[in-house]
Amino acid sequence: MRPNKPVGIVGWGSYVPMFRIKEEDLAAAWGREWSRFASGLMVYEKSVPGLDEDTLTISYEAAMNALARAGVDPIELGAVYVGTESKPYAVKPTSTILAEALGASGATTGADFEFACKAGTEAIQAVMGLVGSGMIKYGLAVGADTSQGAPGDPLEYTASAGGAAFVIGPAPESAAVIVASYSYVTDTPDFWRRALVKYPAHGRAFTGRPAYFHHIVSAAKGLMEELGTTPEDYDYAVFHQPNGKFPRRVGKMLGFPMEKVEPGLVTPVVGNTYSGSSLLGLTAVLDIAKPGDKILLVSFGSGAGSDAFHIEVTEKIEEVRDRAPKFRDYLERKVYVGYPFYARSMRMYKMPADVGAY
Amino acid sequence: MRKVYVVGSGLTSIGALWNYGLRDLIAEAGLAALDEAGVDRVDAIFVGNMMSGILNAQENLGAYAADYLGLSGIPAFKVEAACGSGGAAVMNAAMAIKSGLFERVLVIGVEKMSDVTATEDVTSALATASEAEYELFWGASFVSLNALIMRAYADRYGLSEEDFGWLPILMHKNAKDVPYAQLRFPIDMEAYLKSPMIAEPIRLLDSAPTGDGAAALVLSPSDTKNEEGVSVELAGFWSSTDTMALYTREELLELKAAKLAAKRAFEMANISPSDLDVVEVHDAFSIMGYLNLEALGIVEPGKAHEFVKSGDAERNGSLPVNPEGGLKARGHPVGATGVYQIVEVYRQLAGKAGSAQVPDPNVGAAMNVGGTGSNVIVTVLRRVS
Amino acid sequence: MWAYIPSIPPIKREIPHRYRLEGVECEECGHRTLPSRRVCPRCGSRKLKKVTLPRRGRVLYHTTLHATPRGYEFYEPYVLALVELEDGTKIFTQLTDVKPEQVSPGMEVEAVLRKVRVGGEGGPIAYGLKFRPTLKR
Repeated sequence: MRPNKPVGIVGWGSYVPMFRIKEEDLAAAWGREWSRFASGLMVYEKSVPGLDEDTLTISYEAAMNALARAGVDPIELGAVYVGTESKPYAVKPTSTILAEALGASGATTGADFEFACKAGTEAIQAVMGLVGSGMIKYGLAVGADTSQGAPGDPLEYTASAGGAAFVIGPAPESAAVIVASYSYVTDTPDFWRRALVKYPAHGRAFTGRPAYFHHIVSAAKGLMEELGTTPEDYDYAVFHQPNGKFPRRVGKMLGFPMEKVEPGLVTPVVGNTYSGSSLLGLTAVLDIAKPGDKILLVSFGSGAGSDAFHIEVTEKIEEVRDRAPKFRDYLERKVYVGYPFYARSMRMYKMPADVGAY
Repeated sequence: MRKVYVVGSGLTSIGALWNYGLRDLIAEAGLAALDEAGVDRVDAIFVGNMMSGILNAQENLGAYAADYLGLSGIPAFKVEAACGSGGAAVMNAAMAIKSGLFERVLVIGVEKMSDVTATEDVTSALATASEAEYELFWGASFVSLNALIMRAYADRYGLSEEDFGWLPILMHKNAKDVPYAQLRFPIDMEAYLKSPMIAEPIRLLDSAPTGDGAAALVLSPSDTKNEEGVSVELAGFWSSTDTMALYTREELLELKAAKLAAKRAFEMANISPSDLDVVEVHDAFSIMGYLNLEALGIVEPGKAHEFVKSGDAERNGSLPVNPEGGLKARGHPVGATGVYQIVEVYRQLAGKAGSAQVPDPNVGAAMNVGGTGSNVIVTVLRRVS
Repeated sequence: MWAYIPSIPPIKREIPHRYRLEGVECEECGHRTLPSRRVCPRCGSRKLKKVTLPRRGRVLYHTTLHATPRGYEFYEPYVLALVELEDGTKIFTQLTDVKPEQVSPGMEVEAVLRKVRVGGEGGPIAYGLKFRPTLKR
């Protein structure tokens, strides 16, 4: 898929909350030894949202960082799209709160996207379409989550909080041009959450080959065939990263050497930020990429589908990179918490006030 | 303009009075005041109260009081100025007498706080004295706002926590023999410094308790002397306002409204601070008590703690402060407090203060503070014999 | 009995200063404050123009709250502060992303959008700009 007019990332921004919980503490809370799972997951710790943080507040800071790099007045945003699976309101768009907070509300379009972990890259595609067709000049796409793993479930080791935002606009103004995108979706029930249920369910091993690997490989191969590119043409390959192992494996399957995959690996130190996952990896790469670098980005959302992107970094990246905090800056301020704080932040229990106590 | 005299007073005990509702409190204090004045009718009622709507689902307290006192038919109104509601009601009653339209007015201050049993809810109700959308929105409690002032004060004058403890200690000492007081046990500096923090640096023992209570006065333009041949004139009163929120104050440590209210009330009564023989200050927190003493012109800025520590504020000191225990120990049923203060000054001047009596006072003043100093009422009473 | 219950319209009406630090500046005496109002609290002038206040400042005084009002129990303990923004404007706000004992007068802080009050499991969420220690880069 290519837009009529070339488009790109005019500014990018990331955000990760400051709190971390170590995998050992997550395991010990349920009477388990982390050493049994360590090599299977290759994650050290995950981020925990502060008591006053949620998907909206995470989107806000990522978006402010993106706007700072873009140098665009928020009022010029023609679209504000947020992709997430942990909306503060099941019904009421996060994007309009975000638009209002940024000063972008009024004559703009807003919507929330859901497609498990790839809601953020969908938001990017939708904005690409609006910009590339000439319908709007700039648009904002965000992927963010405060994902909740069910207590004691394997996903609790990795479900974390964070997000990334992208101001998309004309290619000549971009720090990185999004040359093309290729999506691949099927009905594959690997991971889902029914409407009135608090935590998602998943098919364990079924989330691997039939889901994650099949869709990422299909989308990546589909894109590279269409463009006539091979892994050698790319400097970086950023994949959706539910843990530290899957993205390394799929990179290998596609023929990418690890030094192209590892710079975009963020899950080992912040956990899986779901809709933020591959996008945070992209921001980590943009923070260090040089003009001329080519990036392959492939997301994955359960249910299932993948969006692949061919991105080329421009000269502009040097000008704008330092205008906002980088992914590393959010790593450096980390503070460890234990399971009690984690459980409180995740609202695992009700307080008397929640049930109308006296 | 006519003069105003206090001719009767009444009050209830202060505490969690589970068996007394609003109407019981109003009746007990109101009827006692009428009895002491030797009358069974008045021409108007002013009711000082802050939170009857929020805590008791009851507004329209003027008609309410008239009804339960068997006085329906006369003009009656609720007067509200947050924690200054009592003083404000007295000022309104005094204005009513001075207007010439009324010959005898009943003022009742009442607050019924214990029906709302969760402290979080009472905290929220009390916080409505400050700015709802711009202070309360951020989760501020009334205590936290006073805590900021206390920090600023301690910072400016280099004070330690101990320097604030002298006032609560004196208040508890005074209330011990006051039969209607809420907290009648002594405290010492060690207990003060160890009590848990509510909003740093304000601790539990720095903060007035919550409770129920009602106090009442009968005001009249005629100076009927009592059995001792004494009458007590409500010689001066004034109220002044300041900005609602702390962040819009010009100078955080200057209670501008307190200073101006005191100045105008003293002018009306034709007195100066050195004429005062007894004062009631609004020690909801020790910082507010100290700032009141400064605003009344009794101490220099930053020196209130020395004044209290030295013993000058004791019942037999050079200027007794809150001889009945003040808000801290006598109690602080919020909307009633201002009337309690004036009842106490009245009884001091009339020689009817019992064990709390200070030696031979002629002039007394009460300072009643609403909000964090946003509405301050000062009342001056003078003995006429 | 009821105490302070979050009502819906003010959540929207108060957005300009809560989400964006929009306030007013008096055209006659220069005094700045938020939220917007019609009369200058200093000089009484009615000539006030809209301004967006700076997002950075320093802590003047702070207090740590342990006994919270209704609706804020989940966040205990939290820090409230009088902050002086870069242009001298004083505001009242909550601090976040900092341990109470780490707060000191003069500390440099910057605005971040956070949840301020949530109306239980089914009620509305009120957001606002709190302040955190300025992020080091």
